[in-house]
Amino acid sequence: MTRPELLRVEGITKAYPGVVANSDVSFSIGEGEVHALLGENGAGKSTMVKMIYGLVRPDSGTMTLRGAAYQPSKPAEARRLGVAMVFQHFSLFEALNVAENVALGMENPPPMRELAARIRAVSEEYGLPLDPSRMVGDLSAGERQRVEIIRCLLQDPKLLIMDEPTSVLTPQEVEILFKTLRQLSREGTAILYISHKLEEIRSLCDEATILRRGKVVATCTPRERTAREMAELMVGTSLKTPERRVAEKGEVALGVSDLSAASPIPFGTSLKGISFTVAKGEVLGIAGVAGNGQDELLLALSGELRAAPDKVRVVGQPVGDLGPVERRRAGLVAAPEDRYGHAAAPDMSLVENAFLTAGVRKGLTKNGFVDWAGTRRFAEEIIAAYDVRTPGPDVAARALSGGNLQKFLMGRELMQGASVIVINQPTWGVDAAAAAQIRQSILDRAGEGAAVVVISQDLDELLEVSDSFAVLNEGRLTKPRPTEGLTMDEIGLMMGGAHGMEVAHHAEA
Amino acid sequence: MDFGGINPVILIATLMASAVPILLAALGETVVERAGVLNLGVEGMMIIGALGGFVVAVQTGSPVLGFLGGAVAGAALSLIFALLTQVFLANQVATGLALTLFGLGVSSLGGQGYNGIKPPPTGPLLPDALADLPVVGPILFGHDWVVYFSILMTAVLWWVLKATRVGLIIRAVGESHEAAHALGYKVNRIRLACIAFGGAMAGMGGAYVSLARVPQWVDGITAGAGWIALAIVVFASWKPWRVLIGAYLFGGITVLQLNLQVAGSAIPVEYLSMAPYLITILVLVIMSAGRKGKASGAPASLGQNFHASR
Repeated sequence: MTRPELLRVEGITKAYPGVVANSDVSFSIGEGEVHALLGENGAGKSTMVKMIYGLVRPDSGTMTLRGAAYQPSKPAEARRLGVAMVFQHFSLFEALNVAENVALGMENPPPMRELAARIRAVSEEYGLPLDPSRMVGDLSAGERQRVEIIRCLLQDPKLLIMDEPTSVLTPQEVEILFKTLRQLSREGTAILYISHKLEEIRSLCDEATILRRGKVVATCTPRERTAREMAELMVGTSLKTPERRVAEKGEVALGVSDLSAASPIPFGTSLKGISFTVAKGEVLGIAGVAGNGQDELLLALSGELRAAPDKVRVVGQPVGDLGPVERRRAGLVAAPEDRYGHAAAPDMSLVENAFLTAGVRKGLTKNGFVDWAGTRRFAEEIIAAYDVRTPGPDVAARALSGGNLQKFLMGRELMQGASVIVINQPTWGVDAAAAAQIRQSILDRAGEGAAVVVISQDLDELLEVSDSFAVLNEGRLTKPRPTEGLTMDEIGLMMGGAHGMEVAHHAEA
Repeated sequence: MDFGGINPVILIATLMASAVPILLAALGETVVERAGVLNLGVEGMMIIGALGGFVVAVQTGSPVLGFLGGAVAGAALSLIFALLTQVFLANQVATGLALTLFGLGVSSLGGQGYNGIKPPPTGPLLPDALADLPVVGPILFGHDWVVYFSILMTAVLWWVLKATRVGLIIRAVGESHEAAHALGYKVNRIRLACIAFGGAMAGMGGAYVSLARVPQWVDGITAGAGWIALAIVVFASWKPWRVLIGAYLFGGITVLQLNLQVAGSAIPVEYLSMAPYLITILVLVIMSAGRKGKASGAPASLGQNFHASR
């Protein structure tokens, strides 16, 4: 099926200091086409769509929209020309209701009552049930995304850009979203869909452009390719099945039995009867859709959330009632997901941040005073070992890019010589090369005898690093299974009948 | 129908008038805080307004121009705060406290020549025939125009914040300045306008103290009314009608303790004088203990500075 061309991108190049985000990128999207922009983190997908949405200006290259030159200088101009975007992180006001949020994103909103009626009409038309009078703060992630989508739809867009829309959604919500997107596509709205989830793209998209290190490396029709083929195009090398070390199970280093805890996070998920053990030298991968208790599990393991003493044991020592500092002393270090504010104090320097978690294990205090020389040496070691791009160890953590800060924080935890390491989202937002390096260091630490728990939403990552594999689902953990020989179908089943990744595929029929 | 030497009709009529300064100031501060700015300089803006209003009224002989002068003086002082916090991104709490101290000092200096002068009177708005009606007369019809103005402003602000686009944008800016910026709203400019409005309202409230309540110029004439206004905003959960209720409640307590003193109550005068402040503290403690986090209705970005580059 050939479609009239809507948007053509030709030879777009965009460089940031030190990085070429996009180099000579060309592709075109037809009207009503669902086009995937595929690539690893840091491949230049987000920069590309930001240029289309007018948030970033390209250095060179041209874009044409319906035959006319297209150079939006700000998002409002892009919106006026029929390009709308749903962001990965929503721009919503929690204490305002749905209608008010929609009105704020429109240039000339109609009166509230009329707007509420239109929201109702559009939300019913596209199967996105939404009550205009509800507070956004009370909505789930999926419902919040609906608010953003409806805000876009009310402006009658010709091209809808979606930046990793499913990363915060439950499988049921993904299914609803896909139905809506297919309906939009039938009605002639083109969708530019960014993701690195291959199965989603296979079920949804008509065409795909694959980016690697800012360059277009391939275009393909996703339905005709296997996920593995596309993954190989993304990564650039044939995927080598991770080499399994001979699993010589050491003694149990981390034991968790029947751990339940209420969530301290508003609208969080409480943990229900979590049990597992990790042996020395073993990597346990924990998968699951965001919001199924990952943050709470990290809090419970790090010691921020306490339990009865024998619920959590580190090398045989009960630590369930101990706080983070005592647990570090006992040999358990943890790296939370949120870098700015939880894993690091953003306004403090890297040296100070290094001290904050490594002070205990690296013995960086003398008679109650901080050993700044030693701390600085440690920070410099991390910077050298993990290739952290920073002017020096004294810059504020906030000044580093997300990926660079993540490398520093991973290094800080991995270099403390702990016997148990717990990491949530080790490579989130980190470019492909650095991600590989972080994964390698996780494997190296395990090789040296540490027990590692990796919580991640990236299945490929988990399959690459972990020896055993479990899924966190609504606060419950499945029984860990050996990763070796695990098939995608089996993983889907582990993710739960109602929560199966299969849902998305079946919805297509 | 007196109770222990206190006439309830007169009490209600007096409390409505005595609540005007804190009501006006609290309404202004409500708008400021809804926009996400915490201006603790209300007391300073009130006393500058009290002096400015007094000077203008005495010089021109017109009380209406006096109130206008008070509003302008309050707004002018608030613009110093706006400049420091919105342009130079100074800490709002410290700047607000400094503004109060500065206002007290400047008013003390500027008011030196005005001690013992009578300002032109601000009389009742409506004809005496209405005000002489039993019971409803003094309560509903016996007031000067500022009392009615303050009630009108409550209604106007309620409507603006609830139903208009301007109000929606103000609330959006106070709720999440980053999201508002992403949608293309000029966060700092909107906040600047709100701060100036809050300053004008506080200045006018101050002018009411020196032109109608006392009426003369005395050093430190506002006597902590600005702090009570700040407390009322929290007490009212940032809602205009509740601000009115809060102001009348505190106005009532102030009037009641004065009446009790006059009536020769057995309670020592000092206890009565501290009652309004004590009750302010108590109410704040109870309000914040009873409800946690979001439910209190505080704007989410309250007190945080915004810079577009972040």
